[in-house]
This record gives sequence, C-alpha cells and structure tokens, in this order.
Amino acid sequence: MSEKPEHFIIDGKRLDGRRVDELRSVKIKLSPLDRADGSCYIEWGRNKIMAAVYGPRELHPRHRQNMTKAVVQYRYNMAAFSVSDRIRPGHSRRSIEISKVGRDAFEYVVFTKFFPKTAIDVFIEVLQADAGTRTAGINAASLALADAGIPMRGLVSACAVGKVDGEIVLDLMKEEDNFGEADVPVAMAAGGKITHLQMDGHLTRDEFYEALKLAKIGCDKVYKLQRQALIEKYSGDYAENGEDAITQSEGDADE
Amino acid sequence: MSDDVMAEIHRDYLFNLVLKGERDDGRAFDEFRDISIETGVAGMAEGSALVTLGDTQILVGIKIQPGEPFPDTPDVGVIITNAELIPMASPEYEAGPPREGAIEIARVVDRGIRESKAIDLEKLCMIEGEKVWIIFIDIHVLNNGGNIIDAASIGSIAALLNTTLPAERYGLGEDSPLPVRDIPIAITAIEFGGELILDPSLEEGKLAGTVYTVITNSDNGISGMQKSGVEPLTIDQVMRVVDMAGTAAAKIREKFLEV
Repeated sequence: MSEKPEHFIIDGKRLDGRRVDELRSVKIKLSPLDRADGSCYIEWGRNKIMAAVYGPRELHPRHRQNMTKAVVQYRYNMAAFSVSDRIRPGHSRRSIEISKVGRDAFEYVVFTKFFPKTAIDVFIEVLQADAGTRTAGINAASLALADAGIPMRGLVSACAVGKVDGEIVLDLMKEEDNFGEADVPVAMAAGGKITHLQMDGHLTRDEFYEALKLAKIGCDKVYKLQRQALIEKYSGDYAENGEDAITQSEGDADE
Repeated sequence: MSDDVMAEIHRDYLFNLVLKGERDDGRAFDEFRDISIETGVAGMAEGSALVTLGDTQILVGIKIQPGEPFPDTPDVGVIITNAELIPMASPEYEAGPPREGAIEIARVVDRGIRESKAIDLEKLCMIEGEKVWIIFIDIHVLNNGGNIIDAASIGSIAALLNTTLPAERYGLGEDSPLPVRDIPIAITAIEFGGELILDPSLEEGKLAGTVYTVITNSDNGISGMQKSGVEPLTIDQVMRVVDMAGTAAAKIREKFLEV
C-alpha cells in the first residue's frame, strides 16, 4: 500500500487535480460483448469494469423460480489480477456482500413481474480496480440491463462520496479511499430514490447529510453520462426509422 | 429451503396496523423490545455475551490468539468476524458454510467495530510485521426472533468489553483487559407502509421492503451503514433513521454498556 499523503486537498484541488465535486473521467462503451444479451464496458478513472446481462431466461434449479416475478441475480467478481496483490479467484466474503446489495440496488427498477419463473443475470467483472468498483459496476450494470432491453422504471446511477482532509468529496480515488475518513457508496434511481447505501469511516450526522446531498449531485452527473451513452449507441437506430432522438431530448436531461 | 409463507391475511393485518400507527406487540415505532445481556457465559472463550432482544437470542464468543498481521497493516492487530445462522435457530436455516445473509450480518457488525476504532488495534501489535493478537468474534444465533443485526452488534461489543487478552497462556506476559474505547451500536429500521420502524420483529422483518442499519458511536458519530432490501429510501427517510438510530443507540449504551 502506498504512503498516506500529507494533504488530500491543496488549493481546492485534489491529488488528481479534481475539485471536491468532480467525478473522475468516465468512458462508456455499450454492447462490447457479443454473446450476452446486453453488455457495457466502463472506464471510471483507472477502474476498468465489464458488465454483462443474460435473460430473462429460465431459472435453474427450478425450485428457485418465483411464480410471480423474475429473480434478479447479480455476481460481482474481481479478476485475480485486478489489484496489486493477486487475489484468489472466486467468491470472497466481500464480493458476496457486494453482490447481494448490488442485486438489491436493481430490484426496484427492473419490472420483474413481467417475467415470472425467469432469471435476469447480471455479471460484473472488475478487470482493473482503483476504488469505487462497486458503484462503477452498478453504473455499468444499469446500462447493460438497458442494452439487453430489460424493461425498467429507469436507470440506476451510483457514485461514492467520502471525507478527506475534513471535507466532503465526490468519487473517492484510491488514496482517498485507503486513507480518507469515510466512504459512502450510494446508488439512486429517478427522483433521488436511494437503492443502494453503505457507509464506513466516521461522519457526524450533518456531514453525512452533506455527503448524501453531494451524492445526489454525483448521481445526477452519472445519469447524464449514462443517458448520453445510450443515445449515442441507439439514436442511429431511431434515425433510420425517421426519428431524430437527439434533438428532442435536449433540455430534459434531469430525470 | 422453505420460505415460510406468511398468510396474506396476516400480512394485511400488520400492514393495516402500521397505517394506524400501531404494531402487533403494542410497541411504538421507535421502541425496542426488552434487551438483556449476560456476559461471561462461555467459560472457554476470552469474552462472551448472551443477548436476548425480544425472542432473539444470540451468543457471541471472543477467542484471541497470537498470529501474523496482514502484510498491508503490519503494526496492528486483526479482527475476524463470523456469523453462524445455525439450523437450531430457525426452520429456515440450514447447516453448511455461511451464505450471503450470514456474511452480510458478520460484515456489518465487523464494520461498526472496525470503523469506530472501538478496539485499540495498535496496542495489539507485539512485533511489527510478525506477531499481533488476532481477535475472533464469533456470532452464534441461537433463536431468530428478528433483528439479528442489532442483537449481534450489541452482543459483540458487550462480549468485547468482557474480554481478557490471554497473554499468560501463550507466555507473553500478564493477562490484561482488551483495550476497548468506544461502543458502536447498530440500529436497524425497516420501511413498511411508508413508516420507519425500529427493531423489527421476525414477522415485521419479513414484510420489510427495505432494511437499513445505521451504526453510531459514543460521540453520536456514524461509523457504518448498510441498506439492504429492494425498496428505495428517500434522503429524508435516511436522515430520519439516522436520527432515530442515534437516540436508540444512546439509550442502549446508557442502560447496558460502559467502556
């Protein structure tokens, strides 16, 4: 592990030059995978994450089927080489927990009632990790679900907020995550509805409230990036049908 | 494997009660069931506590042994937390390795103890990079009467406060109390019928769309959180739970636990 920096914020700039309310650079590629029903590759700062969706498809074993709705399954996995010290392949306790709350983050938006007895499988592979993989994974999963054509209330957008040098900051990078004072990963659906929330570190009530408000701003920013990626990928299809999706969509990017 | 289907009619009954501002057992929405804590119940453990929270019974045992630190934190002791949902505790539990539910419980309890820095881990280093004390917190659920996380959290810190470092046994000096300096307590709320309810009973827990745990410290700071379950929460609801959790945890701390 690297050494703790003396200061995280100097003259309003963070170690990588960002302001406190800035996200890292984000690159999104939709449908990079051919076999999956939907997929998304995301580069979030130095994180590189692939998400794929299969389904709705018949759920096996059958006793796990739900007669009234689809079962959303979510598998978060880190590649052995995704961090500096190789991690043992397969599920860890950490990845099991992240998979569980990741699944919960999507249940609300996916119209599971349309597909009884099926599974909707979401797979997240972290190929290169640099803090914030669970939130970046949720963002990629959200787009992969849309890419797979799964009916949803809307997208889920996620980001982490935290505290370094006594200040609440958006989207912790590695050093801030390792040595900072708190880490709060948040995911929101339309209307600021929180579908994922965890926290560790130490925050007062008021700091936490401030963090949540900043998380909302962050999730809004993420949502715009996700929406833009979908439009870029699919507006061509609309255009072929004589529709111009882009011109009419300007201006209502907030929810 | 059985899902223990609750009759729809009972579900409706509980739901309608909540809409009237009532609960099945007559509690207020922010009222806990009776809590009792008995420490030192497992004689072979370095510390232990049997907690009852309503019908829920949990035994937490602490074992401590010398061992190697993690390479990335060579100068501090190690905490390892595990939860066992043994088949004795509920018809829904099965034997075997911990599944996601048990893992989540253990990790949330662990988060509170670790992030609040309740245990002074620096004092548990004997030789940097070579030898530190390893603290095993084992949460044994004996009877699932609902709200396991809070009972496990209370039981864990109560057991740690009751723990002795077994230095003599390993020829490492004299026994001493485990250095505990904070009392993190997890408080769990469920959202149900638009209301936020603390300390859900087993039945209330099954109705919950959302389970949201907030862990606060002695200074009323927040050291951990976990939202689980499928229904979303608004920022307002989250802040209301934070406030309710701070108050409820302070009451429990005052009544039962002292550093």
